[in-house]
Amino acid sequence: MITIRNVSKIYPNGFQALRECSTQVEKGEVIVVCGPSGSGKSTLIKCVNGLEDFQQGEILVDGTSVGDPKTNLPRLRSRVGMVFQHFELFPHMSILENLTVAQVKVLGRSQDEATERGHKLLERVGLKAQAPKHPGQLSGGQQQRVAIARALCMDPICMLFDEPTSALDPEMINEVLDVMVELAQEGMTMMCVTHEMGFARKVAHRVVFMDEGRILEDAKKDEFFGGARTDRAKLFLSKILSH
Amino acid sequence: MYEFDWSSIRPGLPFLWKGMKVTLYITLVAMAAGIALGTVLAILRMAKNRALAWLSAAYVNTFRSIPLVMVILWFFLLLPAVIERIFSISRQEDTRLTTALVTFSLFQAAYYAEIIRAGIQSVKSGQMGAALALGMTNGQAMRLVVLPQAFRNMAPLLLTQTIILFQDSSLVYVASLADFFGVAGIIGTRDGRQVELYLFAGAVYFVACFILSSLVKRWQNRLKGHA
Repeated sequence: MITIRNVSKIYPNGFQALRECSTQVEKGEVIVVCGPSGSGKSTLIKCVNGLEDFQQGEILVDGTSVGDPKTNLPRLRSRVGMVFQHFELFPHMSILENLTVAQVKVLGRSQDEATERGHKLLERVGLKAQAPKHPGQLSGGQQQRVAIARALCMDPICMLFDEPTSALDPEMINEVLDVMVELAQEGMTMMCVTHEMGFARKVAHRVVFMDEGRILEDAKKDEFFGGARTDRAKLFLSKILSH
Repeated sequence: MYEFDWSSIRPGLPFLWKGMKVTLYITLVAMAAGIALGTVLAILRMAKNRALAWLSAAYVNTFRSIPLVMVILWFFLLLPAVIERIFSISRQEDTRLTTALVTFSLFQAAYYAEIIRAGIQSVKSGQMGAALALGMTNGQAMRLVVLPQAFRNMAPLLLTQTIILFQDSSLVYVASLADFFGVAGIIGTRDGRQVELYLFAGAVYFVACFILSSLVKRWQNRLKGHA
């Protein structure tokens, strides 16, 4: 579903954010990307739907090359759901409008169809009653669940999560993770940048560990948690698991 | 001691109202056209295309660096000839109002553009990313997500600029166009009561702008309360 081949990203100022990264996500697979801050994991996941560009290598999503200038990026993005660290709901729209705007303007669905789909997905994330409210009136956990519903409204072929729980108060993390676990168990293809190792243990198939723009480990979940190969990953694991 | 005589004002009111309508007309048209053109300039200014960004910056900086009264004079001397040539209108027709509308729209656009640019920059970059991630084109993301928030954030400043425009429109007197201020001058000269008429005109400008400014301030506080 997602193939990342030798991708490097260099900023104009010379800083190299990604160094020859390669990995892939099969259909129905859940992979967790982790690593210290500044390791390039957010940059990598944003390259997958072309929100960030890259200078070398190739990324294929369902056979379509992301870096190819001839690729219709809006069309590709409409099929790839993305959830952000800071939710990024549109504050000038109601919750329901947040869910319907792209369905109508991008997919060309009728307002009625979009509204029905929106209500259905709000119910699924347990927020049916919030439809007429505005994002500012919801808690962080609720906003992130709306953001997941907004992405799912587009019937994506895969989902990208960019640190979906990092900006949340601790007591709200689980309500978001529960939605993600359910999604994973239903067979959604998912690439998740997250530090939630409990989530990784529960539903991930593979774990990718990054540091300084490199993918240092790319292993099956059990292998990764059973015994990371590199010292850098061992150190990282010992630090985040000791809490 | 100067003796005030306000008797010219009452019979002059219908004429003054006619002038006020010209003032309001110029203000509203220049506001609408200025904000529309200003939005285009603001977007071009941030464009990746260097040439477009430079052109927009040059436009904005040029107009902001020249006194309005000078721009008005130039346009009133030059524009009628241009308009006549392009639209082949005969010289007898009065192009002064059209010229005023064009001048103020072009001039104000430079000021509105800077306000709107600040407005666009006040919207978190993640909003653009989220809109694009949903499959929107750059244009859709701008129109549906970024600009509505930019205008909401900048509404008080846009209105403040419009109040300034309302006052500045009095400068059309240099082209002897009968706006509110111009009419006050005409009546004052005719009756030898310029002091009274200009005091009256000043009072009207003051009351109108003071009320509007208070409304803007209240609105601004409410926006701050929500954020």
